[in-house]
Amino acid sequence: MNESRPDPATDTMTLNGTDPWAPLRGLTHARVGQPRAGDTVAGGEVRAFQLAHARARKAVTAPLRQDAMPLDGPVLTVHSEATDRAMFIRRPDLGRRLSADSAAVLTRGSYDVVFVIADGLSSVAAERQAPPVLAACRALLPGWRIAPVVVAHNARVALGDDIAHRLGAGCVVMMIGERPGLSVSDSLSLYMTWDPHPGRLDSERNCISNIHDQGGLSAGVAAAKLAWLLAGARRIGRSGIMLKDETPADPAATLPP
Amino acid sequence: MTYRATLDGEHYRFSDLRQVLAWASPQRSGDELAGIAAADPVERIAARYALADVPLATFLEDLPVPYEADEVTRLIVDTHDAASFAPVAHMTVGQFRDWLLSHQADADAIAAVSPGLTPEMVSAVSKLMRNQDLIAAARKIRVRTAFRNTQGLPGRLGTRLQPNHPTDDPRGIAASLLDGLLLGVGDAVIGINPATDNIANGIVLLDMLESVRTRYAIPTQSCVLTHVTNSIAMIERGAPVDLVFQSVAGTEAANAGFGVSLSLLAEAQDAALSLGRGTVGQDVMYFETGQGAALSANAHHGMDQQTAEVRAYAVARAFSPLLVNTVVGFIGPEYLYDGKQIIRAGLEDHFCGKLMGLPMGCDVCYTNHAEADQDDMDNLMMLLTVAGVNFLITVPGGDDVMLSYQSLSYHDMLTLRSSFGVRAAPEFEAWLEGMDLLDTRGRLRLNAPHALGRILAPET
Repeated sequence: MNESRPDPATDTMTLNGTDPWAPLRGLTHARVGQPRAGDTVAGGEVRAFQLAHARARKAVTAPLRQDAMPLDGPVLTVHSEATDRAMFIRRPDLGRRLSADSAAVLTRGSYDVVFVIADGLSSVAAERQAPPVLAACRALLPGWRIAPVVVAHNARVALGDDIAHRLGAGCVVMMIGERPGLSVSDSLSLYMTWDPHPGRLDSERNCISNIHDQGGLSAGVAAAKLAWLLAGARRIGRSGIMLKDETPADPAATLPP
Repeated sequence: MTYRATLDGEHYRFSDLRQVLAWASPQRSGDELAGIAAADPVERIAARYALADVPLATFLEDLPVPYEADEVTRLIVDTHDAASFAPVAHMTVGQFRDWLLSHQADADAIAAVSPGLTPEMVSAVSKLMRNQDLIAAARKIRVRTAFRNTQGLPGRLGTRLQPNHPTDDPRGIAASLLDGLLLGVGDAVIGINPATDNIANGIVLLDMLESVRTRYAIPTQSCVLTHVTNSIAMIERGAPVDLVFQSVAGTEAANAGFGVSLSLLAEAQDAALSLGRGTVGQDVMYFETGQGAALSANAHHGMDQQTAEVRAYAVARAFSPLLVNTVVGFIGPEYLYDGKQIIRAGLEDHFCGKLMGLPMGCDVCYTNHAEADQDDMDNLMMLLTVAGVNFLITVPGGDDVMLSYQSLSYHDMLTLRSSFGVRAAPEFEAWLEGMDLLDTRGRLRLNAPHALGRILAPET
């Protein structure tokens, strides 16, 4: 990533003979303080960007490996109507519909919440982040009747509505891989929908995003936020824009000088 | 009402205007996803022949979404300015395209008819224009807006500084903010997309932006891009809200998907205006749009995605926005598949927004599941600069570490300034000079000792 820093052939900012960006780069994964070549960035930065893009492109096409996830208890496996990754990318409508075979797997019960692990646009994110988040959530939800975990392949967020509806769950939490970025290709989002059924609007969901271990939300913090939202949704009987995330701002987050 | 074309003796019939518009659209994945695209290349051109013969006045009668069913249609019809429409009322879409490119259609002439144009007319004419037509016509149109500086002046290119951070860490955001300021961007807005919709967190970010802005007397405006209801809540709690942001779309149902309505947007505008925070103007709204938004909410009413997009501009123009930008490559390859489709859509959105009278900017961007890369973005940013785009979005190194997509980098603005001679807003440029950030030729210094000494190593 940093092959060009420091490079005497490029223009690197200096202050009193030192690189003033050195301490600031530790505050963010953003590409700050890049060496310049005239108006643009130094060549090493260009190649590092191209490498990251190439890796992200590769990550998009990887299939979800259920056996790579340590999951306790029974697991139900479902597929959307998109039969491969290429079709999944071009046809989000198919990614929101359960395949006929999968519908048969989901027998109706009576649950407060179902957790769905979905590949979305990064199966790597689901594999790495969903199991610890799920474990942390279980610990924070005593008394909630939790359905068997569902693993969904080639799935979009709205697929969870149908899954939960068929299982008889009063709420669905989609744990879904986000579109890979350059810096992070394994970031997970949680979408919580109260009283889920096909046709729910995005504004009727609450989202917790950027769950990953490269400076994103930790599994524990994400689970705590989710537990707060679930309690709030149960109280008002709905999710979405009417349910504001009012968990306190991070007390460690103070103003810069 | 039916529409027809005959090509070499072969007859084509279209059942309604929606179908003519959809078939006449350049090939794009979103219209194919919706099942409304022309089935083959010749059908596409047949639709353009038919569209060229449609009188503009027909668009006031054959509405793609019924008046009774949709408040955006009602807004379009009820606010139509017949007097402004009069000079072009006799034209067909084909004649209107030629008129827009004619020498008599100068900035004043186009601005005069703009309030008389409906989004469907504007979408229609763009479908008969090549990329160079979209650039040449847009270049004639200037839309000036103001808050703490003036956007949209000739020869000026505004920039949004977007210092996002995956956990909204104020120190991480501050690092990206400083990087952008030292590279001379941020006159259109310093705008953060927060990772969560937490209101207390939003206020922390607004307070931080406010303290940086006031400490260094930066003539710009800040924004935390959260839902309008959150902005209203933050205003009620006394937070320093400059601009109210909202994503908007072109149908009532799609806006419902965003959790907004026209009345809610009006309420938010009133709340922001009540603070009176602008110095050289009071344009307080910031909207984002993007082709595919209506379809992704399953609320496109059978319209092609570009026509639905231009209807979003009708929503935006009702609220005197400071800034509007299309997020063109952000919504994904299921709507704009590759670099070619993204570039075409970016030029359409900019032209159509300008013709609708909006201060149109663009997030020149792509996602990692699209068939596009930085070369495509280089092309689009240069084409839009030639077209006179109001502002472009920039992030550190072109990599947004929160939203996980690639936009333009701060440095790209330096390239555009040196390649095309465009400059920041005058008030902001004066600030850059005052901070000793520019060299004698107006270029961003590599080292700006005074500014650095004050910002990176403050006395405190």
